[in-house]
Amino acid sequence: MSIPGPDDILREVLPNGIVVLARENHDSPSVVVSGYLAVGSYDETDEQAGLAAFTASALPRGTTRRTFDEIYEEVESVGASFGISAGVHHTGFGAKSLAEDLPLILDVLSDVLRHPTFPPQEVEKLRGEILTDLEEREHDTRRMAALTFRELAYPEGHPYGRSLIGYPETISAIRRDDLVAFYEHGFGPRGMVIAVVGAVEPDRAVEQVEAAFGDWEGSMFSREPLPPVSRPTTIRQKFVPIPGKTQSDIVLGVPGPARTDPAFLDAVVCNTILGVFGMMGRLGEKVRDEQGLAYYSYSRVEGGHGPGPWTVIAGVNPSNLERALESIRAEIRRICQEPVPEPELADSQAFLVGSLPLRLETNEGVARAILEMEQYDLGLDYLQRYADLIREITPERVLATAQRWLDPDAYVLAIAGPPEEAGSGRQEAG
Amino acid sequence: MSTTIKTTLDNGLTVLLRDVHTAPVASFWVWYRVGSGKEHVGITGISHWVEHMLFKGTPRWPKGTADKAISREGGMWNGATWYDFTTYYATLPAEKIELELEIEADRMTGALFEPKEVEAERTVIISERQGAENDPLFLLSEEVMGAAFRVHPYGHETLGHMCDLQGMTRDDLYRHYRTYYVPNNAVAVAVGDFEPERMLELIRKHFGSIPAGELPNAPHPTEPPQRGERRVMLEGEGNTAYLTVVFHTPPATHPDFHPLVVLDTVLTGASGMTLFGGGGTNKSSRLYRALVDTELATQVSGSLVPTVDPFVYSITATVRAEHTPAEVEERLREELEKARSEPITEEELNKAIKQAKAQFAYSSESVTGQAFWLGWSEIFAEYTWFEQYLDRLSAVTPEDVLRVAQEYLRRSNSTVGWYVPRNEH
Repeated sequence: MSIPGPDDILREVLPNGIVVLARENHDSPSVVVSGYLAVGSYDETDEQAGLAAFTASALPRGTTRRTFDEIYEEVESVGASFGISAGVHHTGFGAKSLAEDLPLILDVLSDVLRHPTFPPQEVEKLRGEILTDLEEREHDTRRMAALTFRELAYPEGHPYGRSLIGYPETISAIRRDDLVAFYEHGFGPRGMVIAVVGAVEPDRAVEQVEAAFGDWEGSMFSREPLPPVSRPTTIRQKFVPIPGKTQSDIVLGVPGPARTDPAFLDAVVCNTILGVFGMMGRLGEKVRDEQGLAYYSYSRVEGGHGPGPWTVIAGVNPSNLERALESIRAEIRRICQEPVPEPELADSQAFLVGSLPLRLETNEGVARAILEMEQYDLGLDYLQRYADLIREITPERVLATAQRWLDPDAYVLAIAGPPEEAGSGRQEAG
Repeated sequence: MSTTIKTTLDNGLTVLLRDVHTAPVASFWVWYRVGSGKEHVGITGISHWVEHMLFKGTPRWPKGTADKAISREGGMWNGATWYDFTTYYATLPAEKIELELEIEADRMTGALFEPKEVEAERTVIISERQGAENDPLFLLSEEVMGAAFRVHPYGHETLGHMCDLQGMTRDDLYRHYRTYYVPNNAVAVAVGDFEPERMLELIRKHFGSIPAGELPNAPHPTEPPQRGERRVMLEGEGNTAYLTVVFHTPPATHPDFHPLVVLDTVLTGASGMTLFGGGGTNKSSRLYRALVDTELATQVSGSLVPTVDPFVYSITATVRAEHTPAEVEERLREELEKARSEPITEEELNKAIKQAKAQFAYSSESVTGQAFWLGWSEIFAEYTWFEQYLDRLSAVTPEDVLRVAQEYLRRSNSTVGWYVPRNEH
């Protein structure tokens, strides 16, 4: 197996604008289809939070050719699966099947993406499922900490600052007509990308995609630029009390670098040192391991088309909350003040480079990597250049990226957990 | 499909090797035949805690050095504890796999269990349990399993009871480690891009000199037959109600197991053969149609797990707002009675088999997934169980499925649990 690159990834642009990427792999008789459309929660308003996600979930609920039951009977009968879900900038779709069933799976995907009918009864059924899930979320410390972080970290009206799946009020208020209007405005072939990876010849894959999507017509709509996001200058925090829980979840961080930022990989290396390498980097070592304060403690840098979050995430006993936060702050301070020692940097670089074959072992992994190259315009030779890009990062660059984004005294902090011990005296954000 | 080689070293270590040359990676696992299914009250959770301690250093690999060595080579590394096993593994670029052999051989005997580390880990483990307690489905499962098993240790969670986590000592942990971490109680599995002869040599080199140990000969607890339905009512925080129903079922090696797999697939959809879950959607399954399509529930899932001793088949549903566990249970019972009175159709049977074939193909994409299944099936049966899985499923008839539904989905063989939000009272 070689690292996927321009030599073995076929890239074709169909006349209607759809970009098709295909790579062959006959090690297993299966195939993965993965891609996205240029519509997402970006294109909804705060008042209709969750509209893009609701629409995406409603697509497979019935089409002009198939009922909901027929869609899933057909797909599941051959052991295949598929899903559609909204993101901020895109609506993603994915499917997996035996290679022999690729035409069927593309036909179903095309049907649900192009000919949804939003049957009223199915829309109501789905609404009930979403509302039940939102009720569960209100009592889930991890999900509430993550949501609260987003709401605090981004200004009002910013698509990154609201819940992707919405809120009980917004989901209850969305009408079927809103779904239809959102679909008609946003769904089309322009900006669509689809990757096919697995036991199918690339030319055949492109042909089959063209057969399913080639005659889809539509034009691109325009978007306002993202509202500006400022770096926190103080500590902005909020505590969400959830009675009856035994553990508190913490999300601490900032709006971070976009995937397209020239220094994004510097941030990836910095984050690997901080909260990934080995048993979750310096955070894992100090917060979890030396002090036994948490069951988990790590960090992640999300990237994306805009300033996605760069966060530290931890689950702690409420009585250890202050000590854990102090310990997390100390690690942020250290990475912002001291250049990372060369051997420690070399370790994280070796990890990022060495783990590439593992990340590319499955068809899903390859499809993910190919889509990332396409989505962020990294070039199809990106994976082949990746090792050099990582290895040329210096301690100075890591320090500069830490100082640019992180600050132990200025960040957004969201905590969700039991009220008694942890809530007392904790200041609420205004 | 590649062939598997099985052999046993002189010290009793079982070795399974399968060379797969699809990607330049290899996965190496050591499985110990010990888990929470061998624990008693007082030391529940001990297997899981011991697993954590194996990441806290040996004289040769002091704490923090082994995980860094693996990461430096781009590997992924972890451990897991369950009812029937404790396992450790790493997947690495193939030319670096010997590193994991070295680390696993070293910590089979050399883990330090320093008292300071044991205490630090006590809070981590308690924190892990508290995190789990945040989830109503964990609380419900713990209650239901406790009611379903009065005698067998499968009745307590792998995480252990809180009082045991507070009370266990370093000596308890160390004794458990020295008793069960011996080559004659272990299975080593390697899958990936290597030559089998060379891999066997390496395994001999690293593990061959570890002496066999004497395993305890304690009588194994047998769960007495259930003589009537059991019910558990749990109240807790939240707005959402849940329903779980479990039925005692036979172990993986029993001839009824494969018909039960088909029954589960017809009722709740195909299960993933990948490492953690998967399996796609189940929207064309009987119970989805009966409970979710009818808007009584928002989700339903089934779980039939291969085990050493008789375990349970469980069905869990999330009750939709404005409905009650009672309504969901009633509708569920009707569906189960149907499965007990009429055979499934040929179409349903063929669909279940095709689904299993697809899941099998997906699982073979990753060497980690293959090593997991080989090792796990060697623990609860033999590795050939995994290799023969599709053939066994293909031999199942609608009559077999009807028979096992009648035998196991009896009301008197069930334990029912409701999780009811406290604020509804």
